[in-house]
Amino acid sequence: MIDENKVLFTHGNQAVVEGALVAGCRFYAGYPITPSSEIAEEMSRRLPRLGGIYVQGEDELASINMIIGASMAGMKSMTATSGPGYSLMQEGIGLAVATETPIVIVNVMRAGPSTGIASKPWQGDIMQTKFGSHSDYEIITLYPWSVQEAFDLTIEAFNLAEKYMTPVILLSDGMLARMRERLYVKSPDEVEIIERRKPTVPPEVYRPYSRDENLIPTIASFGDGYFIIRDSLSHDERGYYLEKPEVQALYVWVLNEKIRRNTDKIQKWDEKFTDDSEVVFVAAGPIARIVLSMVREARKEGLKWGFFRPITIWPFPENQLNKAIKHASHVIVVEMSYGKLIYPVRWSVKSNVEIGHIPWLSYVAPSPNDIRQIAEREVLV
Amino acid sequence: MQEAVLHPLEQYLRSDRLPHTWCPGCGIGTVMQAFLRAVDELKIDSKKIAAISGIGCSGRIPLYLKFDGAHVLHGRAIPVALGIKLARPDLKVVVFGGDGDIVSIGGNHLIHAARRNADITVIMINNFIYGLTGGQVAPTTPKEVFTYTSPYNPDSKPFNVVQLVAASGATYVARWSTAYPVLLKESIKKALLHRGFSFIEVISQCPEIFGRLNEFKTPYDLLKKIKDVGRIRKDIGPFEAKYDWNSEITLGEFVNRDEPTYLDQLNQIREKAKGQGDKK
Repeated sequence: MIDENKVLFTHGNQAVVEGALVAGCRFYAGYPITPSSEIAEEMSRRLPRLGGIYVQGEDELASINMIIGASMAGMKSMTATSGPGYSLMQEGIGLAVATETPIVIVNVMRAGPSTGIASKPWQGDIMQTKFGSHSDYEIITLYPWSVQEAFDLTIEAFNLAEKYMTPVILLSDGMLARMRERLYVKSPDEVEIIERRKPTVPPEVYRPYSRDENLIPTIASFGDGYFIIRDSLSHDERGYYLEKPEVQALYVWVLNEKIRRNTDKIQKWDEKFTDDSEVVFVAAGPIARIVLSMVREARKEGLKWGFFRPITIWPFPENQLNKAIKHASHVIVVEMSYGKLIYPVRWSVKSNVEIGHIPWLSYVAPSPNDIRQIAEREVLV
Repeated sequence: MQEAVLHPLEQYLRSDRLPHTWCPGCGIGTVMQAFLRAVDELKIDSKKIAAISGIGCSGRIPLYLKFDGAHVLHGRAIPVALGIKLARPDLKVVVFGGDGDIVSIGGNHLIHAARRNADITVIMINNFIYGLTGGQVAPTTPKEVFTYTSPYNPDSKPFNVVQLVAASGATYVARWSTAYPVLLKESIKKALLHRGFSFIEVISQCPEIFGRLNEFKTPYDLLKKIKDVGRIRKDIGPFEAKYDWNSEITLGEFVNRDEPTYLDQLNQIREKAKGQGDKK
């Protein structure tokens, strides 16, 4: 039974806030930037009522470091930003990776590079979410395509962050941020909510960075009485910095491997008509809805076209894509950028399938027919 | 047989991490000891302290302390500390950092923490130079001295950080030097008990790099210079405090007043928001 009070007609930014609050987020720090600002505005209104904390940071650096501090002290924390602000947060994302601090960062993508166009959508940050911070790490990135999915995946982002002790990036874009549609706000008892594990051993024998079989550490919070050290330098099981080759090697190995080894459990994707598709279109985020509607029309005309959408952009659903294109002669990536999503598709494809690319370089979304015409005129010739 | 005590403050140290990385004659140990003596005399529960730092020689302090600690990015100790404090208001959260970390790369966070009256203590150890990176010019380097990136003297005048922090709204501001460890300890005790943002600058010696470059032959010579240039003044405001290598670096307590803290203000906002439900 759906409680009508919980059905809203609202936009993607609002859905992120609703999802975060249901997931248990009670700390938000952020710096205003279009098209993400409604997330901050709504958080500033809602969090104090729930006993939570909203801080408008002096900049993005302050914001991401504040949420890292709050998470180290045990609170579920998040920030939201857009391209230029997201660039400023990269070092902080590295800190959260290195100290294995769960946080959620929402990046509402806008036209770039640099300041670009503040209010217009783009999909140019897909590679940055994987490689934005320096050196070696793996990360989780989710990208919803609807207001409802923005809500659901925000909860998922918090769950993955707490489960794998890692920052998680939720991608959105200027289209999803402003797009209004039906949102059913699930209550906390209708969804799975994962809480951080607490140490079960006494402080004398406790090692914050010792790991379970999935390589996930159980890290005490500040104030729990464990005299914990969180160090941005390479560290051993105790969290102690040691300049030793074997410590550095193990440190980098676990940071990467704890995501890689759990890839199957993390990955989400969506596919349609792939059982017999000769041409498979790949797209992510709200633009994928336009691509899917184009594919459905083509199917009605008897064309064996299919659709594949990565929901976790990272780790990219590589095996699933290969299965989906088993019968295909062509895979065509459609994206609102000069070329980002095309890279993981190229890396993933194991067969001799032809890889086509439709970079849509207008911030005004294409119509289904636009995509079809380009595909037929320029790719499938 | 009774176990030997390495040091009267051993209970506050991670002895398994010693020896530390600081150079012989460095002033950081003096500051760390003054801090631990302050904690000891105030009988603060070790489990209720969090020591946070960024990058730099002084940033290594939390690594040796048996408290909760974080050693984070260059310049970002203050926002991390504030996040911790807001999430766990029962903890005393102390930031240790050098002049480069706190007032150069982290300067924006410093002034905003002061403006907010954030409920944290910042202890800034000013050795006039970037020590860990090998001796480059700092925003606190006096015009008269040399560093490896100011071989013809610095191009700009230094920050008088006491004035900067006071102008930004800090409610406890003091400056001491490693030449006066007992006065420093007493000041740290006040800072730890202070409600709101407390800031202590400690003028300290870097004999290995700053001393060598500026012809102080021993740590003692540099400490003597710091002692001689430091003039303790009572009952003067922060804007009369001088920062002049040739005549006077004023020491003392310049601001100590009571104002609503950041947590007080957030609680007021929660009260205002209360009763409005969670409906749209």
